Amino acid sequence: MEALFTHWLTQNLLVLAGFSLIAWMLWSASHHERWRRAWLRFRSDRGGIIALVVVGIYLILGALEVLSFPTKSGGTRTVLDLFVGGVPAEKSYSAPLATRLLSEAKPDPVKATHLLGTDALGKDVFVETLKACKTALIIGGLTAAIYIPLGTLFGILAGYFRRRVDDLIQYVYTTLASIPTILLLVAIILVLGKGLGTMSFALGLTAWVGLCRLIRGETLRQAERPYITAARALGQSHWNIITRHILPNVLHLVVINFVLGFSGIVLAESVLSYLGVGTPVGTPSWGNMIDSGRSELSRDPMVWWNLVSATVALFGLVLSLNLVGDSLRRAFDPKRG
Amino acid sequence: MLSYVLRRLLYAVPIVLGVIAITFLLFNVLQTPQAAATLVLGPKASQQARAEWIKNRGLDKPKSEQFVKHVKNMATFNFGTSWKSGRELNEVFRTGVGPSLMITIPGFLAGLIGGVGLALYQVFVRNSLLDRSITLWAVALMSVPTVVYIIFLQAIGALMLNYFPASGFDWRGLETLKFVALPIIIMAVVNLGSDVRLYRTIFMEEITQDYVRTALAKGLSSGHVLGVHVFKNGLIALITLTVGSLPALITGSLLIENFFGIPGLGNVLVLAIGTGDQPVVMASVYLGSLLYIASLILTDICYALADPRIRLS
Repeated sequence: MEALFTHWLTQNLLVLAGFSLIAWMLWSASHHERWRRAWLRFRSDRGGIIALVVVGIYLILGALEVLSFPTKSGGTRTVLDLFVGGVPAEKSYSAPLATRLLSEAKPDPVKATHLLGTDALGKDVFVETLKACKTALIIGGLTAAIYIPLGTLFGILAGYFRRRVDDLIQYVYTTLASIPTILLLVAIILVLGKGLGTMSFALGLTAWVGLCRLIRGETLRQAERPYITAARALGQSHWNIITRHILPNVLHLVVINFVLGFSGIVLAESVLSYLGVGTPVGTPSWGNMIDSGRSELSRDPMVWWNLVSATVALFGLVLSLNLVGDSLRRAFDPKRG
Repeated sequence: MLSYVLRRLLYAVPIVLGVIAITFLLFNVLQTPQAAATLVLGPKASQQARAEWIKNRGLDKPKSEQFVKHVKNMATFNFGTSWKSGRELNEVFRTGVGPSLMITIPGFLAGLIGGVGLALYQVFVRNSLLDRSITLWAVALMSVPTVVYIIFLQAIGALMLNYFPASGFDWRGLETLKFVALPIIIMAVVNLGSDVRLYRTIFMEEITQDYVRTALAKGLSSGHVLGVHVFKNGLIALITLTVGSLPALITGSLLIENFFGIPGLGNVLVLAIGTGDQPVVMASVYLGSLLYIASLILTDICYALADPRIRLS
């Protein structure tokens, strides 16, 4: 199972599937009146468009690091390696664009120029920063794959059926919400073991509560509307009312929550990595780079490039996601934005 | 009022039981006693030492028996001892509360005052370029990871400028201030971005109300209307949002305390996480949830006190 999942062909297919999913969603949105109007408003929002382009660049970077092909020697290389894989590793730290290594007595000359220097293991920081993009996207994507269906489904069920169903779902999420999020995350990861999978599972288990609450509230409002009463009077089944009438009317909230939630997940990864329960050591991630930065800043001479490049990369993604989320909210709800 | 509080407390019982059940499920069912023993004693411990350790802690008893005992212990606040240090947990928490509160309360208040002030100012200059750029700055501030704030401000304030000690804590009257000043500043800045945005939304909603138009129409200055009328009315929404976030403060200082070596609750917890000290983590989860539930009830009471129209019945 593990071998099948990590096989290069499966990974390429997953990337393809991901991009097809985005394309399909855009295509079906373009046939929907509300989404078309929102797009017209979004288009005139220059900041939102720029942020969307930046998010797109991050997406492509992550995809390039996943897309891979077999080499003659039997291993695999990613497409990103084609561009930046040729950079040789050094023995230890070297400053950005430095000609010699960072060491006291007799610093050896570097084998190649490193735009952002090298880290403790001599790896090129610029390349590592680019590669870490994939890790952030995988964690965010996996988490979203868990919490979006969970939150949307339970939110709609609670808001539509009310009574017992609502009581039960509310009880479950109130209980989960009363455990401080960071504690619950750490507890789950400690018990299930560290790794990208368990981290995403834990993040998904805590993230659905907010979405569920939001969707429940909106479903409660929609269910009061005359068009739902009309659908019921016409004898439509619950399934039809939920999938044809309620879901399309709450879906924009899901998309906005997804965009803003994604930025929260990327930020959470850095906290978990600091606490030692985040991305496993050896996997390039911004959280791990920032975590190692705290001891590097107190070195003499100071090593700041590792921390700064990871922070800037993470900041760029989170800021763009936040801006896209805000612009989306304004586009769908111009009165309140 | 009293009957309302009592009823709310009764409603809280199943939620607290649920929280206890979740932590029990995680640590005592999903995690095998063997795994816990390995985590605490280390991978080199002998099979016999592990078996003895498990027996001493009653982890080999039937799960139902363990659960009943666990609920009893939690309900009577009898948290037992730490697996690592062997100290009484009640004692550990009691000594940790002081240093934690020294940071969280001033940090929270400073952040609140700064956030509300900025938000009110934004409403004062609403829809101008200044307003929009403050909002953009707020979004930028909330896009920086907490860890980076801590590392960066420590590097500048302590390592480069030497204004503050880099870490440590001591009860020495005014001297204590030196140790907590930098953590307090960080505490105030970390959430400033998201807070300013939230408060701005609250005040912007108030400003469309009729009473604002009336106050302006009778000739009051817009500064007065904002600072007194809008502020007071916005306070109601503010209370609901901030009181609910109080327990998060304690865990929010988790990273800060650990980074600055302050012996508070957050630091205790980070150490426990690192060493697999399960009783500490379980008791912290339980206490954190109790605080959260208590603060929700407190929110509703504050709400009723601030707005006489709301009746608690």
